[in-house]
Order: sequence, then C-alpha cells, then structure tokens
Amino acid sequence: MIIKTIFSGFGGQGVMMMGTSLAQSAMSKGCHVTYLPAYGAEMRGGTANCTVAVSDEEIASPVASEPNYLVVMNQPALFTFQNRVTAGGSILINSSIVEASPSRQDITTFYIPCTDMAQELGNSRAANIVMMGAFVRQSDIVPPEIYLKTLETIMGSRKKALADINRRAFAAGYEYVQK
Amino acid sequence: MNKVLMSGNNVIGEAAIRAGCRFYAGYPITPQNELTEYMAEHMRNAEGGIFIQSESEVAAINMIAGASAAGVRVMTSSSGPGISLKQEGISSMAAQELPGIIVNIMRGGPGLGNILPSQGDYFQATRGGGHGDYRTIVFAPGSGQELADLTMDAFDLADKYRTPAMILADGMMGQMMEPVIFKKPKPRQYPEKFMLRGAGGGKSKFIRGLLLDPVDSEAHNWKLARKYEVISENETRFEEHRLDDAKLVIVAYGTAARIAKGAIKRLRSHDMKIGLFRPITLWPFPEMRLRTLSATVKNFLVFEMSTGQMLEDVRLALQGYADIEFHGRPGGAVPTPAELANVIARVYEQKD
Repeated sequence: MIIKTIFSGFGGQGVMMMGTSLAQSAMSKGCHVTYLPAYGAEMRGGTANCTVAVSDEEIASPVASEPNYLVVMNQPALFTFQNRVTAGGSILINSSIVEASPSRQDITTFYIPCTDMAQELGNSRAANIVMMGAFVRQSDIVPPEIYLKTLETIMGSRKKALADINRRAFAAGYEYVQK
Repeated sequence: MNKVLMSGNNVIGEAAIRAGCRFYAGYPITPQNELTEYMAEHMRNAEGGIFIQSESEVAAINMIAGASAAGVRVMTSSSGPGISLKQEGISSMAAQELPGIIVNIMRGGPGLGNILPSQGDYFQATRGGGHGDYRTIVFAPGSGQELADLTMDAFDLADKYRTPAMILADGMMGQMMEPVIFKKPKPRQYPEKFMLRGAGGGKSKFIRGLLLDPVDSEAHNWKLARKYEVISENETRFEEHRLDDAKLVIVAYGTAARIAKGAIKRLRSHDMKIGLFRPITLWPFPEMRLRTLSATVKNFLVFEMSTGQMLEDVRLALQGYADIEFHGRPGGAVPTPAELANVIARVYEQKD
C-alpha cells in the first residue's frame, strides 16, 4: 500500500517542514518513504510544494501523479493541484486564507482554519502544525505520538516554548477534524 | 547505525566525509547545490578537512587534481554544464593516474538546458568525456542507500586503480530524501609512493601528463588500456529484478530504473512477464551478463531519460541476438510508472 501526499502553500508557511516531518516520522515507524521538494527557481512569498510517499514496500517513483492527499495552505495551491488528486482522495484546506473550494465531487474536503487557530494559540506561524494535527488524524499514516516525538527531534528540545506551542497546535488540529 | 532521512546530495557529502574525503572543491549549480553546501558546513568539522568554493568549475577540478597528487582523498561535484567544463581536468587526472571522485547530478541539456532530472550525460560519462584514450569508472546509483554505498566504494576503486571515478545521478536523486544507513568505510589503502609530499633527502618523484616522446606516450597509453581492461573484467555491477520467467526485459539505470520497477509491478499484476536489468556501473558496462541473458530472453526494451545513449551499449552487448526497442524522455521530462507501463504493455503485446 502506497500513500502519496502533496503539501503546497506560500514559501515561509512551513510547507517543506510539513513534508519532512511526515517523512521522518513515517521512517521512525519503519515505513519506506521518499520526500521530493520542488526545487530551483523558488522564492520567498512564492509557491512551495513537496511530495511525500509512504509505503510498506520499495517506492518506485517519488513523484505523485495521483496523490491520495493534498494539503492546501494557500489559494494558488488549490488551483494548481486539485485536479491531480486521485478519485476518492482527500483535500485538506487552510480555510483561514483559502476562500475557494474544490470544484470536484469525487473527493473529500476538510476545511481547517489553521492560521486563525494558530493565532488564537498565540503564534500564527504554528498554522502548519495545526494542519499537521488534522492531517495525521485524517490520513492515519503515522500515530500521533510518533509524529509529535519526531517533531520535537526536528525542532530541537532547547526551545521549550516552541515545543509547547507545537504540541498545543497539533492537538488543536487533531481535535478539530473530529467535530 | 541508525537510519537517517537525508537528501541525495547530502548523502553523497556525508558518505564522502566518512570515507575519508578531506579535500572538496566545487562551484554552485542547480540541482547539486546542497552537496556543495553540505561540504561547506561539514568539511571543517572533519579533521584536516578543506573546503573551497572555487572561482570556477575548471579551477575546482584542477584543485582536486593537485590535492590528489599530494595524497588526499578528493571530490568535486557539479551538474551537466559544469561537468563539461571539468573535462580537461578529468582527462588530465586520468593521464596522471590520480584518484578522485567527480559527482554529476544530471539536469536537462544540451547547453544550459534546464534544472530538471535527466540522463543526457551518459555518453560524456562513459566515453571518457575529455580528450584522449581514457575511461572513468561510472556508478549510477538508484536509491539514497546506493548513493551512500557507491560513493564510499567509488573512493576505494579510484584508489585501487588510481583513476578518476564518477557518480552519475540526476536531479531527482540529488533532491529526493530517503532513509539511509551509512556502512562502515574500509580503511584507505593507497601507498605513499604515489603521493607527492616533498622528496626531502630522497629520490624525486614525478606525476605528469605531458609525454612528448612517442615511445613513452604509446607505452603509457597501453598501460592505461590494460588497466581499463582489468577494471572491465572485475568491476561490473548490475541488479536483476524478476528475470526468472521474463519474456521482455527492460534495461534502465538510476531514476529511470526506479520508474521501470513501478511499471513492472503494475504489469506483473496483469500477468505480463516483464523483468528489469539495471546496470549499476555504466562503465564498465555489464556487457557479458546482458549477452548471456539473450540466450533465454529475446526481447529487450531500453528506457532512458534521454534520446537513447545507453541504447548503444545495449546494442553492442546483445550483438543482434535479441530484439531491442527504445523509449526515451529527454530534456527533463520524468514519466510516471503508469505512463511507462502503457508503453511497455504495447511492446509486450506485439511480442507476445
């Protein structure tokens, strides 16, 4: 079973970090994994995206022509990638920023106002972690405790305040998609 | 040793430092910048490590030639356009029998082309690339793990045969992150008699590529040729995937081979008997093994992210004993396993 996810948004929203943290935690779980960033002529404020493939066997291509999940952090990302999502797949949308909704009927859409939620928690930059909370719950690729442990390793344990807000942001997103 | 998640470019850098590389010179170019960056950051933590961002690719290759002559394990890296610039230096290193690793993270060409993954530098890598009668050992890794293992092996082989060796990967291999375990490198075996470190009171040593006397020059060329023959006999590597009952065999390397594996998996689920032959060394090309295979398999399909370069080596290897089809996607196009599966299925149905 192979699950591919595209993360996309503005450069600076922590889109690449969402991908690496998923890839890293899936690796800790013992899965095969590839992470492929869009590279080259990218710029701050421009669009950023990356693809993560997680599988229980060897992964042939790290490119996702038909991803199972699409995580949309800004509006252009929705228009660029929504048609690629495989039928029956899911789109998770940062509804604080994205006003449009997908035009497709054969997919499940989740709206998470993750920028607003992060702001309420005191740091709007944790929007990506709120989204990861929702994503981890919906996708069921990695258990939440493994993800949180990996996240702490990546971010470093020195900044206690950061670890704390990340944990709260993650929990907020995780709980939100239950409602 | 723990698994780590690293981009291909960083894997090459880490493997090189672990293998004892202590001199790196390079000049930035996408899609291999992360390798130069990694060396800039980590070489200074390695004992005796030197990192130089040179003023050009030409300077970088000549710097590593100099450091290699002084007896250090050396590496430089670039992508297509930069590798072209390095050819004079690679030829010179081959002539002077200087070990060293050249990494080419291929991008779309010719000319400046683009920065997307491609396999258009096969001829340049396997035919010597620069002027004169020489070859370089060429490794084509197909995963993050192989990038680590083959980088270490490349240093050992370069020393063993005193010749430059190349790691030939593409932008996707360089950018993609995969879990990797670094093996324990072997201790370096490189006699001091080949190093120029000041004669002191002893006898002078020479390392040179300019041999004006045709008698000397011819002898030197034959000496190199004998060495290449030994390498050809002993150092070919390849992977065989699901060949046991295969009626059609795909020949592909690096990223293309990964895509082919994905395609084969799909087609096998439809009962199509398809296998993969993946050369891991592109020079020496695993020619004899492929020829042996033609005794049982009569249909081959070469797939490359180019207009057909390895295709020529496959033709030379099979010598008309089997039919060869070709599918190519040059200039930075990377097909999906599904696309490739359609192409393979069409060929398979014609042959079946």
